[in-house]
Amino acid sequence: MTDQILVKGASLLGAASSDLLISDGVIAEIGSVSAPQARVIEADGLVALPGLVDLHTHLREPGREDAETILTGSQAAAVGGFTAVLAMANTSPVTDTAEAAERVHDLGRTAGLVDVQPVGAVTRGLGGQELAELGLMARSRAGVKVFSDDGRCVADARVMRRALEYVKGFGGVVSQHAQDPDLAGATSCCHEGELSGRLGLPGWPGVAEEVIVARDVMLARHTGSRVHVAHASTAGTVEVLRWAKGLGIEVTAEVTPHHLLLTTDLLSGYDPTYKVNPPLRPQEDVEALRTALADGTIDAVATDHAPHARHDKEHAFVDAAFGMLGLETALPVVATVMVESGLLDWAGVARVMSANPARIAGLGQHGHDIAVGSPANLTLVDPAATVTVDRDDSVSLSRNNPWHGRTLGAAVHATLLRGVPTVLEGKLV
Amino acid sequence: MKKHLLSIDDVSADDVATLFETAAEMHDVQRRQVKKLPALRGRTVINLFFEDSTRTRSSFEIAGKWLSADTINITGKGSSASKGESLRDTVLTIAAMGVDALVMRHAASGSALQVSQWVDAAVINAGDGTHEHPSQALLDAYTLQRRFGTDGRLGSLEGRHVVLVGDLTHSRVFRSNVLCLTKLGAQVSVVAPPTLMPSGVEPWSKELGFATSYDLDEVLPTADAVMMLRVQRERMSGGYFPSAREYTVGYGLTRDRLATLGPDVPICHPGPMNRGLEIAADAADAAQSLVLDQVSAGLAVRMSILYHLLAGEGSTS
Repeated sequence: MTDQILVKGASLLGAASSDLLISDGVIAEIGSVSAPQARVIEADGLVALPGLVDLHTHLREPGREDAETILTGSQAAAVGGFTAVLAMANTSPVTDTAEAAERVHDLGRTAGLVDVQPVGAVTRGLGGQELAELGLMARSRAGVKVFSDDGRCVADARVMRRALEYVKGFGGVVSQHAQDPDLAGATSCCHEGELSGRLGLPGWPGVAEEVIVARDVMLARHTGSRVHVAHASTAGTVEVLRWAKGLGIEVTAEVTPHHLLLTTDLLSGYDPTYKVNPPLRPQEDVEALRTALADGTIDAVATDHAPHARHDKEHAFVDAAFGMLGLETALPVVATVMVESGLLDWAGVARVMSANPARIAGLGQHGHDIAVGSPANLTLVDPAATVTVDRDDSVSLSRNNPWHGRTLGAAVHATLLRGVPTVLEGKLV
Repeated sequence: MKKHLLSIDDVSADDVATLFETAAEMHDVQRRQVKKLPALRGRTVINLFFEDSTRTRSSFEIAGKWLSADTINITGKGSSASKGESLRDTVLTIAAMGVDALVMRHAASGSALQVSQWVDAAVINAGDGTHEHPSQALLDAYTLQRRFGTDGRLGSLEGRHVVLVGDLTHSRVFRSNVLCLTKLGAQVSVVAPPTLMPSGVEPWSKELGFATSYDLDEVLPTADAVMMLRVQRERMSGGYFPSAREYTVGYGLTRDRLATLGPDVPICHPGPMNRGLEIAADAADAAQSLVLDQVSAGLAVRMSILYHLLAGEGSTS
């Protein structure tokens, strides 16, 4: 009876309170449990969720270890309540070989705080032309299942078609960064609309995302493959997704916490903290994304956690790096936007932040129901907490935090990976 | 007056009146044989130009020199990002030399505002990307007020119909001018083909109170003044319009259109002009053309800007 943990009095998915006995990394007993030798985590008033899974992070290692490492990114993930994260391939070198994928995978296991699952590049060097060794990455120790050129769109329809077809051979999925490069080029950085017109910033029109999503769902239908839409950001994308799902096309989609709350008007002061790709959109898009997440048109919340060294954000707006931090604040943002408003209950949060992303990414050890026999990947949330975000409190190496100074509802109290606490009382163990 | 001049939004109509009053005095200095005033002796003004400029840079340089400021030009092509240094590091390095004012031009919209948050010096925006060029708008308004005045006194733009024509999407002159002219009570119309009309202009034009049109010939008959904006030829490769010829037929101030303008309707152009594209030579050189008046007014207005931001530092108008 070693390594037992008793979580006392947690509200399971926000419903009835119960004790959870965890033994050997697995949920052993649920109910009113007496286990005198077990280490106790008092969870009165806390909500128990299955460990959160993030389909979309940038951990920057290898290549930009000054901005984040797999260790510090894992720490931020654990603090945010995550037990698994997918690490995007746009590192230096790019994760486009089995060896590169295994290295990321192994560094994640060494850090040991969350399961770091590498995403493989779709094309060699993210060049958009030749397929990377998708099959070798899939068959590697890393077991890559999700492929993405994130940061760049697989714009060539022929390449996208081949990728979708090819990954069927091993049950893979392509996660597309939808951005038609002719409609939204490299300098496009502000939602195209009144504010971009006033500010004189290069516009990034919603239609540049929507035409790619529309094309890709048709390619998915044609190839009988499945496609995942990364960081959906517009109401038009939601319409296409709804239509495609209605036809039975195998498409899934994610939305970021920032696209659920932050809007274009934040760019009026040209603060590069708010520069992100796709850009922050107007309130109408935000509302459509919230509705789509609530009704299942959008399957998952994914952070697109994108740490950057301070000097890479201290350029003129068009020259500054794209991206913002997200791992530590994702759950509080979702609680604030979706739970407080009644759009989702805690079971819904478990669905969009754990079960669905685990299913999309094919992570068999994550996203389980809280049930006897399930791996004890758990997140305990204090739903009554309110936290004013201070960017200097972050365990990330970077400070490009758009939530700085904002007060958010709910806080992650504890995170357990296979029964081992990684976070207790909101702090890394 | 505020510490910086980053946008026309930084000055009130009263501020503009004060600036123009001083500019008129400075204008007289230009006619003297000895043009130097001691107002800014011992002050250092750096012209920090990250983007090519001849007229604006030399205008600010001469303006500073005539006010006895020490004026230094620093030019650097390309963004600091491409050199591996952050913009913040670049400007902090320059500011650390003990600078009173930074006159800055940069290819990136918003860069002057960002810099003003990093340095103690007064920052004057001499053009930030496709955002604003406030000293240009001020000199344009001043030029028109002189034109509409009598006996050397400045006239008013109240109710005057000013028409701006050209590549509005990419024009910082347009953005500053539409703010400045509406502030001064002018009735403003902006004309461009739909591809060169800024995105989301409808709610903006309603809020600020200016009219938009795709049809120059519809707007021109009621114009009290016309401002032609430069159209960069590289816009054609961007597919904004099919050919220079077609642009000129639709939106150029051609000889034919010049003939329909009354002889008292002034013509402005911030330069450099593409003769034959947006403005016919006959229009550029017409008696009613104010193109060279704009240049001399530019000196007076920039002297006034430097004077008000630096000489009375700490006091407000």
